[in-house]
Amino acid sequence: MKRFTALTLIFCLALALAGCKGNTDSSGGAVADQKNGTVYYLNFKPEVAEVYQEIAEAYQKETGVRLRVVTAASGTYEQTLKSEMAKSDAPTLFQINGPLGYLNWKDYCADLSGTQLYQHLKDKSLAVTSDGKVYGIPYVVEGYGIIYNDAILQKYFATDGAKASSVEQINSFSKLREVVEDMTAKKDLLGIDGVFACTSLKPGEDWRWQTHLANIPISYEWIRGGIDLTSDATREISFSYHENFKNIFDLYLQNSTVDSKLLGTKQVMDSMAEFALGKCAMVQNGNWAWNDIKGIEGNTVKEEDVHFLPIYTGMEGEETQGLCIGTENFFCINAKASEADQKLAADFIYWLFSSETGKKFVTEDLGFIAPFDTFSADEHPDDPLAGEVAAWMNKEGVQNIGWNFTLFPSQTFKDNFGGALLQYAQGNMSWDEVVTRTVNDWKTQSANR
Amino acid sequence: MQKSLRKYFAVFVLPTLAAFVIAFLIPFLFGLYLSFTKFTTVTNTQWVGWENYIRVFTDNNDFLHALWITVAFTVVSVLSVNLLAFGLALLLTRGIRGTNLFRTVFFMPNLIGGIVLGYIWQLIINGLLLSAGVDITYDPKYGFWGLVVLMNWQMIGYMMIIYIAGLQNLPGDVLEAAEIDGASPWQKLRRVTIPMVMPSITICTFLTLTNSFKLFDQNFALTAGAPMKKTAMLALDIYNTFYGRIGDEGVGQAKAVLFFLMVAVIAFLQLRATRSREVEQ
Repeated sequence: MKRFTALTLIFCLALALAGCKGNTDSSGGAVADQKNGTVYYLNFKPEVAEVYQEIAEAYQKETGVRLRVVTAASGTYEQTLKSEMAKSDAPTLFQINGPLGYLNWKDYCADLSGTQLYQHLKDKSLAVTSDGKVYGIPYVVEGYGIIYNDAILQKYFATDGAKASSVEQINSFSKLREVVEDMTAKKDLLGIDGVFACTSLKPGEDWRWQTHLANIPISYEWIRGGIDLTSDATREISFSYHENFKNIFDLYLQNSTVDSKLLGTKQVMDSMAEFALGKCAMVQNGNWAWNDIKGIEGNTVKEEDVHFLPIYTGMEGEETQGLCIGTENFFCINAKASEADQKLAADFIYWLFSSETGKKFVTEDLGFIAPFDTFSADEHPDDPLAGEVAAWMNKEGVQNIGWNFTLFPSQTFKDNFGGALLQYAQGNMSWDEVVTRTVNDWKTQSANR
Repeated sequence: MQKSLRKYFAVFVLPTLAAFVIAFLIPFLFGLYLSFTKFTTVTNTQWVGWENYIRVFTDNNDFLHALWITVAFTVVSVLSVNLLAFGLALLLTRGIRGTNLFRTVFFMPNLIGGIVLGYIWQLIINGLLLSAGVDITYDPKYGFWGLVVLMNWQMIGYMMIIYIAGLQNLPGDVLEAAEIDGASPWQKLRRVTIPMVMPSITICTFLTLTNSFKLFDQNFALTAGAPMKKTAMLALDIYNTFYGRIGDEGVGQAKAVLFFLMVAVIAFLQLRATRSREVEQ
C-alpha cells in the first residue's frame, strides 16, 4: 500500500514536471521554424483572435516566417502583457493604449521612426512620440458618437408637432434635447421604452461615460485653452465644461429605458441589446458595437438604419462638431528582443497593412479602418458604422474630436469617476461634489507618475 | 529501520521539499521583494524601500476602509455560518425522515463557483429591491448584507457536513451517563456535546474565518465594490490597486504582504484559542 502511495505521488510529480515542460515546448516553436524566425504578437482584441490564426497561415505561406499570436482575454491585456514580458520568450510585437501606456512600457518600446509602416501613416500626429522618436504606431482608427435607429426617428419625424423633420436639423444640444424630450413624451406612440438605452454604470461597464463621454468636455478644455498635450499641463484639469457633461448625462438618464436608480448593475451589453431589439432609439457607443448589435438574437435594427450623430453637449459653435475619432491601439516593438526579431516584427506589420493579402484581411476580416496611405478611400470595412466613421473623417467643415482620454491619468481615476457618476445618478451625490472629487482625483492620480 | 530511514531520507523528502520551494517559498520571497520595488514586470524592478508601505496608508483611505469592511464581514459571517451550520447539523443527526436528502440539498450550493453565485444573487437581490425602486448598488448596506447572505448560503452546507461528522462520533456512553445524572438537554449540549466536538469547531471556524477574510470572487461578482468602493473588501482592493494605475503595482504588492500577515496572525490566534478548548475523548 505504501509503495503504491509513493508511486502515485511520484507519478503526480512527474506529471507536473512534464506539464511545465510541455508548456515551453508548445510556446517555443518547432525547430523547423527557427530557420526563418518567429514573430510573437500579443493581440489586444479577442473578437478577432480567430482571424489572426488565418493571417498567421497566410503569412507563413507567403514569407516563411512563423507568426504566433496570443490573445489576452477581454480586459486583461495589461495583466497578460506583464506576465508575458517577464518570460524569456517575450512578445516581439505588442500594443499600448497611448502616451500613458508608453510611460509604463517605455523600457520595452523600440524606436519605430525608421520603419516602413510609419512612413505610410497618414496623420503622423496620431503616433505616440517622445523626444522626436516614434514608439507607437496607431493601426486602427475608431469613432464613437450617438448611434441612432433611423427607422424610429423617421417614425417620430412623421408625428404631429415633431420638433424636427430630419436628422440634419439636429445639430446642437438644445435641438437634440427638444427632440429627445418630445420623443419621450411620445414613447408609447413610437413603441419604445425610452429614447436612450440604459446608462450602464456597473463598475467596469461604465467606460462609455467615465472615459468616452468625459473626453468631450476635457478635450474642449484643452483645445480652447490652448493646452500643449505633450506638456505637464495635462496633469491638472479644472473641468471647466462640467456643465456640458451634466447636460448630456442628465439627458441620457432622464430619457432612458431604465430608471436612474437601477443603473448600478447594468452592463454595456444590456444597452446594446435594448438598441438591437428596438426598445430604444439611441445609444452612445462606437463603430465596434456593430458586431454586438448584429449578434443579438431577434434584433430588429436594419443595417441601413444605423447611423451616427455627434455627441452635442451645449458647447458654443458645436454645429460643426463631428464624432470622436481616434485610437487607443498602437503597435510597439519589443526593444529587448534581438535586432533580427525586431526586424521581423516590423516586416510583418508592414506586410499586413500594405500587401494585397494583408489589406484584404484588414478591411474584410479584422474590420479595421486603417490610417495608412496604402489604403485607398474606398478600402474600408463594409459594416455600416465603420462606413459612417470613414465618411465623417472625410466630411468638409467638420471638426472631429480626438481621443484625448488616452491622457486620463489612470484606470483608478476612471473607476472613481464612474463610481461618482453612479452615486449622482442614484441621487446620493450632488453634481458639485462629483466635479470637486473628479478635479482632485485627477491631480492625485497624476502625481508622481 | 532507523538506519534505512536515514538512508532514504533524501529520496522521501526531496520531491516534496522541491515542490514546496518552487511553488511556495520562492514566489513568496520574491513577492516580498517586489513589495519594496517599483515594477512593471517581475523582471524589471527598481528598489524604493518602504515607500510602497507608506503609500498604502497615505495615498487614500481605500485600504483602511476595505480592512474595516472585511473585519465586519468576517465577524458577522463566522458567527452566522457556524451557528446555523451547527444548528442544522444537530437537527439532521436526529434521524428525521429524509435526513440524507436534506444534507445533500444543503451541501449543494457549495458546488457552485463564486462568480456564478455572485451573479445569481445579484439578480435575486435586485429583484427584491426593485419593489423599492433601487438596486444593490444604491446603498453599501445592501451590498454588505447581500454578501453575508451569499456567504451563508454557500458555506453553511459544507460546515454542516463537518459538524455532522463530529456529532456522529460522539461516544454514546458519556451522553447516556449525563442523562442518568439528570442533565437537561441544554446542559448536555453545553457541557458534553460542545466540548466533544471542539475539533470540528476548530476546523469550521478556521475555514470560515480565512475564507471570509480572503473573499474575492463573490465580492467581485456581486457588487465589484459599488457604490464607490464602499463594499470592496481587502482582496478586491488589492486587485484594484495592482491593476488600477501605472506605477502602483508595488503598492498593491505591499498591500498583499500586509494582507498575508493579517490572515496568518488571525488564523494563528484563532487556532490557538480553539485548540486549547479541545478535550480528549
